Amino acid sequence: MNPRGKILTVLVVLLALAVVTPFASSYLILLITQALVLGILAMSLDILLGFTGLPSLGQAAYLGMGAYLTAILATHYDFGLGWSFWVAIMLGILIGAATAALFGLFAIRATGVYFLMITLALGMCVWGLAYRWNSMTGGDNGINLPARPEFGIRLADDVTYFYVVLGFFVASLVMLYILVKSPFGRSLVGIRERELRMRILGYNTWLHKYIAFIIAGGFGGLAGVLWAHLSGHVSPQDVILATSVDALLMVVLGGPATLVGGAIGAGVVVFLRDYLSTVVPWWQYVLGGVYVLTILYLPGGLMGIPERIRRRRALSGSPAETKKLESASN
Amino acid sequence: MNAQFWLIQSFNGISYGALLFLLASGLTLIFGVMRIVNLAHGAYFLLGGYVALSVIATTGSWVLAVPVAALLVAMVGLVMERVFLRPLGFDPLRQVLLTVGFAFLFQQAALDIWGGDSLDIIPPDMLRGSTVIGGFHLPVYRIFMIGMAGVLGSILWLVMEKTRAGAMIRAAVDDSEMARGVGIDTSRVSMFIFALGAFLAALGGVIGGGFLGIYPGLDFEILPVAFAVVIIGGMGSLTGAAVGSLIVGLADNFGKALFPEVSYFTLYAPMVLILAVRPTGLFGRE
Repeated sequence: MNPRGKILTVLVVLLALAVVTPFASSYLILLITQALVLGILAMSLDILLGFTGLPSLGQAAYLGMGAYLTAILATHYDFGLGWSFWVAIMLGILIGAATAALFGLFAIRATGVYFLMITLALGMCVWGLAYRWNSMTGGDNGINLPARPEFGIRLADDVTYFYVVLGFFVASLVMLYILVKSPFGRSLVGIRERELRMRILGYNTWLHKYIAFIIAGGFGGLAGVLWAHLSGHVSPQDVILATSVDALLMVVLGGPATLVGGAIGAGVVVFLRDYLSTVVPWWQYVLGGVYVLTILYLPGGLMGIPERIRRRRALSGSPAETKKLESASN
Repeated sequence: MNAQFWLIQSFNGISYGALLFLLASGLTLIFGVMRIVNLAHGAYFLLGGYVALSVIATTGSWVLAVPVAALLVAMVGLVMERVFLRPLGFDPLRQVLLTVGFAFLFQQAALDIWGGDSLDIIPPDMLRGSTVIGGFHLPVYRIFMIGMAGVLGSILWLVMEKTRAGAMIRAAVDDSEMARGVGIDTSRVSMFIFALGAFLAALGGVIGGGFLGIYPGLDFEILPVAFAVVIIGGMGSLTGAAVGSLIVGLADNFGKALFPEVSYFTLYAPMVLILAVRPTGLFGRE
């Protein structure tokens, strides 16, 4: 499919989602909204994992920073519940980016497994504060938020909130799409493929990675603000290692370096975890099984399936065509 | 805060460190030999505890439960390495995610088989109660934990330093390609190390179960602590695991006692600093 066709498909799917969702059951609306919020988180991680080749095991930290900031502002200072909601959004993005700017100083130099471990440790630092800093974060119990903001429109209404989240999702998708298509995004891919060559070509690869890290943190913070208002409750559970791992799996499941793949992965994970769990008790086998099978047999994720089918067809077809496809993919 | 406070807290920290050593020594060896970040390691710990509970329930023997649980979980680790991890080749991210997939599967299996309640592994009478040493009442079980870690650590050290198998493992840690080049079957070394790691983790689960309890979620609770040990000590180093366990055990205990609000932060922040300044940890080699 050519790029224009892909964009068109995404547009049609989003439009269909916007039209159909209000008619769904209230539970399903919440699930879709949840998938969209986690989709923003997954897309932010995709910038690191898919495009820059940095597998972060601590993306939940930025979600947590955004969510806790929202909750603390709302409960301690009564802030962010009217028009100031938009200020809270900005602050959430800023705190996510600022946290990433701090963490990046430690993490960016590391590569491979060491990057995994250092981001894990950074994520655990945030979790530790959330879990133990009782006076600020409410400790293990977390913080209950007041009703969602109201400014002319009532976000307390789930359908309205869904549209707001969908708006943020689309905006994030567009911004990140522009980012990865920009020269900056291209050089990130270059770093993923061969960092040394990029450095020899004169690129400051550390700075490129650092900026990508900060951008990912900002979008993670945005997801956090939306997450806090969605669930009305923020707790250390939102920041635990399993949440970061989930985000990674969403990206890998959907297909790294595709942006929308992360969102699709988020949809699948939310569906399996929250919907299937109400239907069958053995849902976690399905989730674990899906992970294992994807990693073993679908390295390109769900978004990689069409490509695989095409390749298989090409392989059974003329050998010359296969070669062309291969050289094109290189 | 007198001398007694410091002594008792130190003792508690050291005994917790002893438990961490059982978990972290396997983790660090697996990482050293295979460069795999095994996120299913906490699950081995949990499974070890649960299997021991079942053995105790059927036979009533704690002494029997220890080896049975450890060996059974070692088998699980062995199968996981042979059937799933080996074919994957060297790809850190996919390996990590695969171990997570298994961690979830084990979690669900444990929940189905043993339920969601917090259970206690009750050690034999001999290990219960407390004893008086130098005017302090110390729980026997904690002394036993320290002793157990000491004995196992010494055995591991002797095997690693004094035997041919140990030399092969060290060679695989230092440079696995070179080791293969001189005729060491690194694939078999990996298999052995993975099974050994699972064995030690399960052992930790049985012993830790008498002290922490066994409950769903324990796996992902203890795993990051074990990683802190591995990173501070240096990935692949047994000495590092021993020293790291002591540091983390003490830091955790004193952190909780002295600065409860930031106690976990005081545990993970040093881990970040060490990774940033010296990624190979205190005892790891390039």
